[in-house]
Amino acid sequence: MSAVEVRPAGERGALVELEDNAAVHALAAALEPRRGSELEEIVPGDRTLLLVWNGEAPPPAAVQELVVAAGSGAVPPAAEPVRLSVTYDGPDLAEVAAACSISTEEFVERHLAADYRVAFIGFAPGFAYLTGGDPGLRPPRRAEPRTRVPAGALAIAGPYSAVYPRESPGGWNLVGSCDARLFDPSQEQPALLVAGAAVRLVPA
Amino acid sequence: MSGGFEVIRPGPLTTVQDLGRPGHAHLGVPRAGAADRDSLKLANRLVGNPEGAAGLECTLSGPALRFDEAAVVAVTGAEVPVTVDGEALETNAAIDIPAGGVLDVGTTTAGLRPYVTIRGGIEAEPLLGSRSRDTLSGLGPDPLAAGDRLQAGTAKGPRPAIGVAPVAAPVATATLRITPGPRQDWFTPEALELLTTAEWEVANESNRSGTRLNGPPLPRAREGELLSEGLVEGAVQVRHSGLPMIMLADHPTTGGYPVIAVVTAADLPKVAQARPGQELRFRPA
Repeated sequence: MSAVEVRPAGERGALVELEDNAAVHALAAALEPRRGSELEEIVPGDRTLLLVWNGEAPPPAAVQELVVAAGSGAVPPAAEPVRLSVTYDGPDLAEVAAACSISTEEFVERHLAADYRVAFIGFAPGFAYLTGGDPGLRPPRRAEPRTRVPAGALAIAGPYSAVYPRESPGGWNLVGSCDARLFDPSQEQPALLVAGAAVRLVPA
Repeated sequence: MSGGFEVIRPGPLTTVQDLGRPGHAHLGVPRAGAADRDSLKLANRLVGNPEGAAGLECTLSGPALRFDEAAVVAVTGAEVPVTVDGEALETNAAIDIPAGGVLDVGTTTAGLRPYVTIRGGIEAEPLLGSRSRDTLSGLGPDPLAAGDRLQAGTAKGPRPAIGVAPVAAPVATATLRITPGPRQDWFTPEALELLTTAEWEVANESNRSGTRLNGPPLPRAREGELLSEGLVEGAVQVRHSGLPMIMLADHPTTGGYPVIAVVTAADLPKVAQARPGQELRFRPA
């Protein structure tokens, strides 16, 4: 593995740009053993991995060497997909299907058929950006974001689908709902979905 | 010694803060913790607490608190008048409060965020290793409200012999050292020059997630948004308007606006103490 580019991100940070999202997860997994002892944060983005050291970050060339060395390790085996049961009862469902020039039924069928993967977590605790969706289903974000999206809302915007872990403002199209508990800070593993995880949506 | 206290007046935004919950950004959980960590640490040292004990972070104005039992407290950070039962007392010093005494932290005269610590620390249920309120995610104890009762823990270790700390007064125009990147190539070469020569005014919309600045828009070399990527504390993120926002304790863990530079860690307390309307400058580290 090699980084496309290593960019400095403050005294303790480096932003590693990678070929694709799969390379982000492979590098994150390879560096996970260094968490705590050496690295304070390992934060996947869509095409980047942000590394924050406990102390000063090594120079970019040394980070590039670290990436190359990590690449010789084994790629983590794909785990069983997490199954989320969903109901397509969202207020934007008909509008989104129309925007994709298909019927509501076809939208639901094609949205359920995809093999999703958590590209990264962001926006809110446990908010997983799911990629791998049908390329024909890419409605833009809503022109006017909602001030209140309910917890458990199943939403879609551009190439991503997601379930809102808790009530929050939001600009994505709401197509359904899901009653899984996506984030519980009292648990040792607080997030149900983690970056790189495989996800299947199943009818409730 | 331990005891409870009652919130008579909460202040506009007073939250329980320790040094935060680092190490959870990959789960979308901000670090949170004191925006000005140096001031919280100092306030803890003054009362003989471990540096990371939970205290109170106030915003612009402080609370009035009535203590059930005798207590030792300290107020640090922003310059602010402090009284106990109406008698004016020093900040950056250990303060003895008698049983039933009322600590009143007034309105700041310089700086934005006073910190109040109590010997023994504030007790609260830790979440992911921290008692901090994360105002972005809603994690941790709710901001103080009138009538709330809070509990101090049991003090461990001796009370420090020296109870006063020399502290430099906040300056009217703070200068922040920056390192360029990670996305300075999204801007014209003039943008970094403009960032380090212009005077920036702290905007009213600033909060614990970020300090927003008003000034000349920074010209972009390319349009559009980045794919979301991880953000560090101190990142100077530039929004569509071309205006910068410095990421603070409760900043979102990822974002799609380009980051032109990052403020050095040593200067982050100055950002946390910058009041709306105050001027800031940047210079290369």
